[in-house]
Formats: sequence, structure tokens, C-alpha cells
Amino acid sequence: MREEKQPQPALLERTLARKKVADTIKRIVKYSAVRLVTLFLTIIVAVFLTIIIANMGGYVDEIRRGEIRENYNQQAAMNPAIRNLPIEQRRQWVEERVRLEEERLGLNKPFLVRTVSYMTNALTLNLGRSLQLTSDSGSRSVRLILLERLPSTLVLFGTANIVLFFVELYVALYLSRRYGSFLDKLIIALAPLNSAPGWFYGIFLILIFAALLKILPFGGMVDTPPPSSPLPYALSLMKHMILPMLALGLSSAFLAIYSQRTFFLIYSSEDYVEMARAKGLTSRDIERRYILRPTLPTIITSFALGLITVWTGAPIFETVFQWPGLGKQLFQAIGLYDTPIILGETVIFSYLLAITVFLLDFIYALVDPRVKVGGQGSASS
Amino acid sequence: MSQLRKNFRELLRYPSAIAGLFIILILVGVSIYALIAIPYREAIRLWRGGEEIWYMNPKNVPPEWINLFRRNDLPASFLLDSQSEEENIHGTVVKEVTPLSEEMTEVKITFSFDYPYEDYPQELMLYLNGSYREKKPYVAITIITPDGRELRANELSIDEAETYRFSQDQRLQRRLRGLAPMVGIFSVPDTDPPVILQGTYQVVLTGFTFEEGSDFNARLVMHGKVAGWAGTDHRRRDLSVALLWGAPLALAFGLLAALGTTVTTMVISAVGVWFGGWVDELIQRITEVNLVLPFLPILIMIGTFYSKSIWLMLGATILLSIFGGSIKTYRAIFLQIKESPYIEAARAYGAGNFRIILLYLVPRIIPMLIPTLVTLIPTYVFLEASLAVLGLGDPVLPTWGKIINDAQANGALYMGQYYWVLEPAVLLMITGLAFALLGFALDRIFNPRLRGV
Repeated sequence: MREEKQPQPALLERTLARKKVADTIKRIVKYSAVRLVTLFLTIIVAVFLTIIIANMGGYVDEIRRGEIRENYNQQAAMNPAIRNLPIEQRRQWVEERVRLEEERLGLNKPFLVRTVSYMTNALTLNLGRSLQLTSDSGSRSVRLILLERLPSTLVLFGTANIVLFFVELYVALYLSRRYGSFLDKLIIALAPLNSAPGWFYGIFLILIFAALLKILPFGGMVDTPPPSSPLPYALSLMKHMILPMLALGLSSAFLAIYSQRTFFLIYSSEDYVEMARAKGLTSRDIERRYILRPTLPTIITSFALGLITVWTGAPIFETVFQWPGLGKQLFQAIGLYDTPIILGETVIFSYLLAITVFLLDFIYALVDPRVKVGGQGSASS
Repeated sequence: MSQLRKNFRELLRYPSAIAGLFIILILVGVSIYALIAIPYREAIRLWRGGEEIWYMNPKNVPPEWINLFRRNDLPASFLLDSQSEEENIHGTVVKEVTPLSEEMTEVKITFSFDYPYEDYPQELMLYLNGSYREKKPYVAITIITPDGRELRANELSIDEAETYRFSQDQRLQRRLRGLAPMVGIFSVPDTDPPVILQGTYQVVLTGFTFEEGSDFNARLVMHGKVAGWAGTDHRRRDLSVALLWGAPLALAFGLLAALGTTVTTMVISAVGVWFGGWVDELIQRITEVNLVLPFLPILIMIGTFYSKSIWLMLGATILLSIFGGSIKTYRAIFLQIKESPYIEAARAYGAGNFRIILLYLVPRIIPMLIPTLVTLIPTYVFLEASLAVLGLGDPVLPTWGKIINDAQANGALYMGQYYWVLEPAVLLMITGLAFALLGFALDRIFNPRLRGV
């Protein structure tokens, strides 16, 4: 008898499970699509604002004009027919072409039209050429320069933040079980240390570990000369990431652990947790199902905001550690007044921020079943 | 009022809060002292004055109290002025004027100073000023060492402003048998390697003036290896000016930015909640756009393209921070408050919209705001320092971030000039810690959800 009845409930269960998965996927896809479109609109507005801020003094126009003029001057120098003409005629030749080009590109049109054209350029990452800085291969295309630097930044910040996230989560869970213990009080006491940014601790850490104790490198991404085979390269990379990760941790971990642990404590005093304990579930089960699940959205939101704050400090952070990423590039560009790079970096940072927000909204949608399109709308409310 | 007192007393139960408050009071005290003792114009003069202000100081030397930690004391720097006939802890000046004839006068200036140190100074020099009509005064410089030797240095006629450096005197070097003057003057003779001779040294200027009313004065300046209570930087500036003035600047920036941001955010979210509809939607959208705008790069753009004035930076910071994440938190709370009966009563008696917002909605949230405000201050203090380190600080004002920027640009950490970076860094840290401690304690008191946790 058992053999006959079993297939039916099993089949029903499987169908229900499949439907649940299909529903979840549909929900997530719809939500993600809407968020993507919204975020893209947001980026458009953000880049528009960026261009307006940059161009209020006419700097972007200047760059554009300068580029065109340089282009034609180069052409004149390379064209044998023009090169040998007397100076006046050469200049005339260049001027006429510059004028035509400017008209063609609409540089004589009103402010708004120009702004829109710069904006479309920026959005498609057509960022022009830099004034002085060059990429490793010698190109002056801003897009190439910045995209070359992007992986280094992502490696550093991505790894550091993911590692920190899991460490914080684990420690917070541990602490929520030991409320009032010494470690608990220690973390609370250390929390005010998080008011200082990462680069600040970076300076001290370099002083102690690199200058005084000489056990960790002063900075940079890998040893010089970089190891040629992948395993030593990876090890060298990890060795150089220790201090930056430590600095980031010192500047953000304690507060995060503190607030997460507080949330865990608040949620663990809920009725259903009591009931779960009465039912006899193990501590770990309770944590995973009843405490972690509801707090995850809030934790992820604060993690997202933390990430965004970290992006803000990137220029100085990377310069202190001499990490060859976007931030250090920005720092150099500021010193050289290399306008196209500064503008390009701002656009790229906008994109990075938007991608971060989108990724986190996506994870949020995965984790919190209450989130749906048109319901809550913005996930981080 | 009694509510305030009750809260204050509860605050005092937290030792961290007391520590924080104490440090803040000290900082405020230092700021007031800086503003009074070195008024703005004087501070700018000392910080950006130029060589005339800084010539007295040696370049890149640590502060004097470093000698407390060293076995071999490094020489201090000092200035002795014959015009003021002053006596300071380093030495004395005596000037004797003896008329010899109707036109000739003998002027003898004796500088005596103690040299109890165990290292050589960087430089010893005389700044001479002569006043005359046609015939310049003439002076012979002699050094008398503690063991009674007389070293004759150069003889020169004094212009209106004349600088004499002992280390560049060839004649002296020849007399010292080829030793560098700083080493030769301050060592026991004929020792190899040279041993420092400690004691009271005298620099005697014996001079003659050839006109009636002609005179000369001198200033003896020693560039030691330590100076002041804060050390000097690469342009010989005394760092204590910047350290002192950095306090009021940091506090002012942090406070103004934090205050401006929190108050404006509060009012905007209240307005959004109250009017609802498209106003609310608009504020939400602006907040989302603001989330994607990269904060620091935009400030950097404004700083490089337009101006680095601290007011512009302050304004831009506030503008970019108003539509931050806290709008959503306040919005949630305001939504709750909006349904309260007394709001309904206010509407019933015909209160205008803004009256309700400003008099009824906003005050309810102020208690929650206080810890946020205090915890936000260090963020802005460090933001100002960050901007300065990037090179976008106010070009005129001496701030802590500017010191770190100078240090970074001149490779302080690699040259071992740790004091240059550590002094402003420690001050920044203390400021941040003080406000953070206070803010945490306030958070425990004012945030109802955290009570008992």
C-alpha cells in the first residue's frame, strides 16, 4: 500500500516545488528588468549633471576644441603638400578645417545641445583623449587608460569587501549569542575607531608593518619584478592585499559588527524564535532560518551603503598603498589637471556605483520574498 | 529643560561619553586659544609669509620634546637679537658702544649661549643690519669656545642687510684645518672622530662705525636639529601654527557640514511626507540619482575646475549629502507621525502647511537627530582632511589635512620624518574619536530601539 500512495504525494510536491521556483524566477527577472531600466535612467541623469557641473566653466568645450585643433595641426605637419607652405597659409588651412569641424560637431550650438552630445559620448564611454596621462601601452585614449586600471580596483575592493562581509557576519552572529561578554564589550568599545577613513589607518599600518617591522610590503600590487607564473603571482598579490584589507577592516568592521549584532539581538527576541526554541530546533537551525533570513535584507542594505562609502575614499586609499587602480589614476590626474581623465573617472565611478546598487538590489530580491515590482518599489526602503 | 538635564545626567553614566566630552572641550579650548592668540591675519602671515618669516627655523626638523626620548640630545634652534638685548633660556646678548673719536665708534656685541647638546647644529648664522650714510661699518667676528680658544672668523663691512653663514666661511675653514665649520667650532680640538665640546660659547662681533649716527645690529640664529614644540616642515614653517589653527577649522567645517546636512535633510523629508504625491516621488527620484553620483569625484571636479575655496567645498558637500540615505529613515518616521491626532487637530484649526511641518513634524524627530549629528561630525572632519590630502584643500588656510598633503608630497614617510605625518594624524584621530564616543553614548540614550541592548 505504501508503494502505491507514495508516488502521488511526491509528484505533487515536485510539481509544487517546480512552480515555486518558476514563480521566484519570474519575480526576480521582472524586478531586475525594472530596476535595470530605472538605474539606467538614473545614470543618464547623473552623467547629465556631471557634464553640466564640468562644463559650466566651459572646460569640456575647451578639451573638445583643443583636440580638434591638435588633430588638424598634426595632419598639416604630416601632409607634405601643406607642410611646406609658408606659415600664414598653413595656419589658414588649419583654421578653415577646424571651423568646419566645429560646425559639423555642433560646437557652436547652444549650451544644452552641446551638453546632450557630450552626455551621449560619456554614456557610451567615448571619453576622448587625455591631456597628459597615458595608458601602459602608450595610448592616450581615456577609455583605454581607465579600463586598464579597472580590474586592479575591482580585485582590491571586491575581495576586501566580500571577505569583510563574511567575517563581519560570522563575528556578529557569534557575538549575538554571547551578549554582554568581554568580546562584545570590546567590539563596542572599538566601534568609534570607524570614524576614520581607510587611508588614515593605511598610513599607520604601513608605518608599523612596512617601515618598522619590515614584514609586509610598502605598497604596490605585486612584487617587482612581477612573478611570471600564476601561483607565485597570486601569492604575491595576496601578500600585497593584506595591509589594504586590514586598513579597510579597521575603518568599517567594528561598526558593522556592532549594528549587525544589534539587529540579530532584536530579531532573536521575536516570538517565533521562542517557538522555534521550544520546538527543539538546534541553535544553528534557528539562526539560519529565523534570524538570518529576516535580517539579511537590512544587512545587505547597510553593506551596500558601506561599499559606496568605500568607493568614495578610493583615490586616497589607493594612493597611500600605491595600488595601481582607478583611484590612484584620479589622484594623479588631479595633480596634472588632466581634465578628460577626471571627467571620465567620474562617469566610470557613476557606472560602478549603479552596478553595485543593481547587484545588491538583485541579491535583495533573491533573499527577500516580499520584494516585488510595484509593491515596495525601491528595495532599500 | 528638565528633560535636557535628565538626559545629560544619563549621558554622564557612560565613561566613554565623559571622555569624549572632555576631549571635545579641550579641542574647543584650543580653538579659542588659537583664534585669540594668533588672529587670522597673523596666522596667514605666519603660514604664508615667505622667507622673512621662516628664516629663523631649520628645515624639516622634529619638535624639541623628542629629546626626552633620546639618549643623545639634539641641538635646539634659537635666535638672539642684539636690538632687544633679550635673555632667553638659550643665551644672552650684550652690546657695548664706546665712542673712540668724533666719527669713529667701537661697537662690540657679545652673544653667549649654552651648548649642552650631543650633536652638531645644522647651521649657525648672523643676520647683520647696518645703518649708515656713506661709510659702511666694519666688523670682525670671533668665536670663543668653552675651553678658552679664540677662533677668528671673517671680517666684513656691513651692508644694510647682510647674511653671514659660519659654514660658508672659507677663512674659518682654513683656520680649522679643513674641518667643516659646524664640526670644527663645536668639537674638542684634535680629536678623531670629533668629540662634541659642551659648554658656553661666545660669538663676539667687534666692529667700528665711521660716521656719526651710524650703527649696526645683529641677530645670531642657530639652526639646530630640533625646533619648537611641533617641528618644522620643508619650507621652514613652524608646524605649531597649522596644528593650532587646524583645530577651529576642522571643528567649524565638521559642525557646519553636519548641521547643514542633517537639518536640511530633515526638513526636506518632512516636506516630502507632508505634501505627498509628486513632491514625494520627486524627492525619491532625486535621492536615487544622488546615490549614483560619485561623491568624492564630483567634489574633485568642482575643486579642480572651479575653485578650492573652503566655502565652495562646504556648500558642495552639503548639497551632495542632503539627499542621502537617511531621507528614507526619516520618511518612515514622519509617515507614522503624520497620522497622529494632534496633526489632525492642527489641520482642523487651519494651520498652514509649513507651520505644521516646522512646528509639529520636525521637532518630533530632533531627539533622534542628535546622535546622528554628533556621529556625522567626524565624517566631515575627515572629508575636509581627505580633500586637503588630495591637494584640493583651501590654498590659504592652514589645516591638518594640508600638513599631511605637504608631508606626502615631500616623501615624509620615506625620509623618516614621522613627526610630520603623525602630529596632524593623531590630532585628526583624537577629534574623530571624541565625537564618535559622544555620538555612541547619545545614540544609546536617544534611540529607543537600542535601549536595553
